Amino acid sequence: MPIFIDRRLNPKDKSLGNRQRFLRRAREELKRSIRDQVRSGRIAEVDREHAVPMPRKGTSEPTFGGDKESGRRQHVLPGNRTFNSGDLIPKPGGVGGSQSAPGTTESEDDFRFVLSREEVLDLFFEDLELPDLVKLNLKQILSFKPRRAGFTASGAPTNINVGRTMRNSHGRRIALRRPKQAELDAIAQEIAELQAKPEGAAVRDRIAALREEFDRLERRRKRIAYVDPVDIRFNRFDPQPVPTASAVMFCLMDVSGSMGEREKDLAKRFFVLLHLFLTRRYERIEVVFIRHTHEAKEVDEQTFFYHTESGGTVVSTALEEMHRIIEQRYPVAEWNIYAAQASDGDNFATDSERCIELLDRKLMRLCQYFAYVEIIDERESHIFGSTQNGTSLWRAYNAVDGKWPNFQMRRIAAPADIYPVFRQLFARQPALRKSV
Amino acid sequence: MGRGPMVSQARKSELLFSGSDWDFNKLSRVYDEIEAIGREELHLDIYPVQMEVISSEQMLDAYSSVGMPLMYRHWSFGKRFLYDELLYRKGARGLAYELVINSNPCIVYLMEENTMALQALVTAHAALGHNHFFKNNHLFRQWTDAGGILSYLDFAKSYIARCEERHGLPAVEAILDSAHALMEQGVFRYRRPPKLSSEQQREGLRERLEYEERSFNDLWRTLPPSPGKSKPEASDETLAERKKSLNLPEENLLYFLEKNSLVLEPWQREIIRIVRVIAQYFYPQRQTQVMNEGCATFVHYTLMNTLFDRGRISEGAMLEILRNHSNVVFQPAYDDPRFSGINPYALGLDMMQDIKRMSTAPTAEDRDWFPDIAGRGDWRDTLLDAWANHRDESFIRQYLSPTLIRKWRLFVLADGADEPHYEVASIHNERGYAKIRSALAQSYDVGASRPDIQVVDVDLLGDRHLRLQHNVKDGIMLEGQSRDATLRHIRNLWGYDVSLAAIDAGTGAMLSERWTKEL
Repeated sequence: MPIFIDRRLNPKDKSLGNRQRFLRRAREELKRSIRDQVRSGRIAEVDREHAVPMPRKGTSEPTFGGDKESGRRQHVLPGNRTFNSGDLIPKPGGVGGSQSAPGTTESEDDFRFVLSREEVLDLFFEDLELPDLVKLNLKQILSFKPRRAGFTASGAPTNINVGRTMRNSHGRRIALRRPKQAELDAIAQEIAELQAKPEGAAVRDRIAALREEFDRLERRRKRIAYVDPVDIRFNRFDPQPVPTASAVMFCLMDVSGSMGEREKDLAKRFFVLLHLFLTRRYERIEVVFIRHTHEAKEVDEQTFFYHTESGGTVVSTALEEMHRIIEQRYPVAEWNIYAAQASDGDNFATDSERCIELLDRKLMRLCQYFAYVEIIDERESHIFGSTQNGTSLWRAYNAVDGKWPNFQMRRIAAPADIYPVFRQLFARQPALRKSV
Repeated sequence: MGRGPMVSQARKSELLFSGSDWDFNKLSRVYDEIEAIGREELHLDIYPVQMEVISSEQMLDAYSSVGMPLMYRHWSFGKRFLYDELLYRKGARGLAYELVINSNPCIVYLMEENTMALQALVTAHAALGHNHFFKNNHLFRQWTDAGGILSYLDFAKSYIARCEERHGLPAVEAILDSAHALMEQGVFRYRRPPKLSSEQQREGLRERLEYEERSFNDLWRTLPPSPGKSKPEASDETLAERKKSLNLPEENLLYFLEKNSLVLEPWQREIIRIVRVIAQYFYPQRQTQVMNEGCATFVHYTLMNTLFDRGRISEGAMLEILRNHSNVVFQPAYDDPRFSGINPYALGLDMMQDIKRMSTAPTAEDRDWFPDIAGRGDWRDTLLDAWANHRDESFIRQYLSPTLIRKWRLFVLADGADEPHYEVASIHNERGYAKIRSALAQSYDVGASRPDIQVVDVDLLGDRHLRLQHNVKDGIMLEGQSRDATLRHIRNLWGYDVSLAAIDAGTGAMLSERWTKEL
């Protein structure tokens, strides 16, 4: 007899260490993949698993191997039907014969594999230079509260539902005709009565018959349990996420000709970060995309990022559109309103006044948070620095910034500049969480 | 199969198992029965067996660490794992039903998902077939140490983990990367490797190294030479002496670097040694794929049929076993989209059954070709002898019969890289048999199909330039990009310049030379 060892309960993920080593090694390339996917994917899709191509750089394993394009070889193959010695077969792929031996296998570099949500966020955050505390917060899984949800046949003894269990037991006892105690008692009594009577053949037979019946019933009672394991029901609990209110996130963006690929890419990361923050805090999030030139329109995400439109720049139209949508669909009592606006700062001078008014009078009262980023050229970043001078919109928003604590504005030239816009938002979180 | 369904109605009660669920009692019963039949019918001689039941995740884990239960950590295994996992999840590839380790006791992994019929098949295949081959084949007997491998791997794993702690992950990874690149060139092909030292000896060796490290004093080097001994003069040394002192030429690059590199620290040498030992351990397996799988397949096929004939397994189970068996030995033709080379299970099994056929019912042709075995009827001894004394190359060269060449319709395709055509060199006819057999045998000669690269010279007292030589056979050069990257790895291990000259093995002409300086 051989030795048997049951290894099924051994810890799994023996390869986890190897996987981590591999991801670390391919980090740069994976970061680029994630960045590309964020760029082309939807905002809400960042926060999940991603399939990425097998990285090539840094993960090749070189060896001394024969060059397929030199030398003379002989292949032995099965299944010849038509060939005779001396036949010539043209090589596939032309004279060079790049696919030499038949049956070359598919290169494993063509494969994609799945990164978990945590790994994706890790790679994504590294680019944004978020502080660790915030990263931890974003990666945190929401807490769940158990809620009653029907009954189940398995569970912990503490969760036994006695009512259900007894009802099942009762039904089963009826169905299987389990003798009742009363029947036994009746027979026992009759025996006792007969024994009290004077002896006789008829009485003796009767007593024997009754005894037999009594034993039979008792055996049956023993076989058919009063409460059987199949009767037992447990209360079932469903983990329910702690209920939180809904939030709506407005993405406003200037799409006039001055916003190029780079600007849109930065804007997108800015929106993604706000979205990530909101998904941590709110159960339900809607995203509204409003783009504007000299007029504003609510569009879907695809159009928002990829369609260009020409025209002037009137920022207030976007704010008006946002206000209109809030009035129409998102009553403040039910929705937490967040807004993120990205622009290169161009605006008609006269319009900036109107923007101040709109924000000051209407929107800032409704919004939990309004973040504005102005996307500037990397070369300009050191010129502007922290001066208050700038584009017409920047100067206008400066006034709002001073007045409302939940207004944030920032110039960004690189992904790393994005986080400071939200610093306050993330910093306030612990306090907010208590009140939720 | 062609067996009627009328077998053994009367002996139903003797079935070893029924139903598809397995449990340890059934496994044990089946193993005992199979082992008894194996010993009595095929005269198998095996190591004791240790069966381990694992889940599919654990099987995937085992895949990525080259099938070993214990392995040190390295990113390349992670890459392997992602690759295997993906193929598996996509359904592009099933997992093996079993995995077997050449160790004493012989470890057989059984998948939890297998049905009882499959477990029986796997037991016969791995616990008997592979096990017998591991224990008896001369390559395994001489070149691997089945008793020592597990404890060695355990040592390797913990040693490398300790190194990672002490010297940091990147340093250890760099050495492993370089050593892995040379794994192919890290085996002794002709000289037998030294036996694995026991745990105690290794411990003593390490202690000594540590003591040397601790007590190293650079001062000793500055002492003037004693007047009696003259300083060795570099100019006096002839090339021949130099080569002799270093045992050059040396084909085992890892061994050479481990022993002679001027820049490696003791722990780095130990890591190279670990990689080298593991490469050496796997070398016989690569030379005996067809034989090993053929032996295991032949054994399971024979034993399962015997069990069925004796009425010990049911028709349903036998059908399931046969279905799996025919999947395993499926060989598509060269123009079939499923073709991916010659299936070693199919070739091995067919050759061994052919030996049995020739031994019991030979044709006139067989008597011509195989006078030693045709019609002798002692196929068991012939097979036992072949399993013990051959590797793929010699086995095919000796036993591939014209009958089988016709059955497989084998043909040889000559492929010159600079010609626009393949040429059909031989087909299954009278003129072709010998050539096909020789070409097929050649293609299984691992030593010959691998680039032959040797250390030929090194000037230790001069510029310490390490010269490698690639003996080019049939004009097959090295793939450029990979070659340069590998040379860089050699340079990392050697510490000084390395050059690789390609010399035509036939004419001795220098075809090209590559220096690490130029990279």
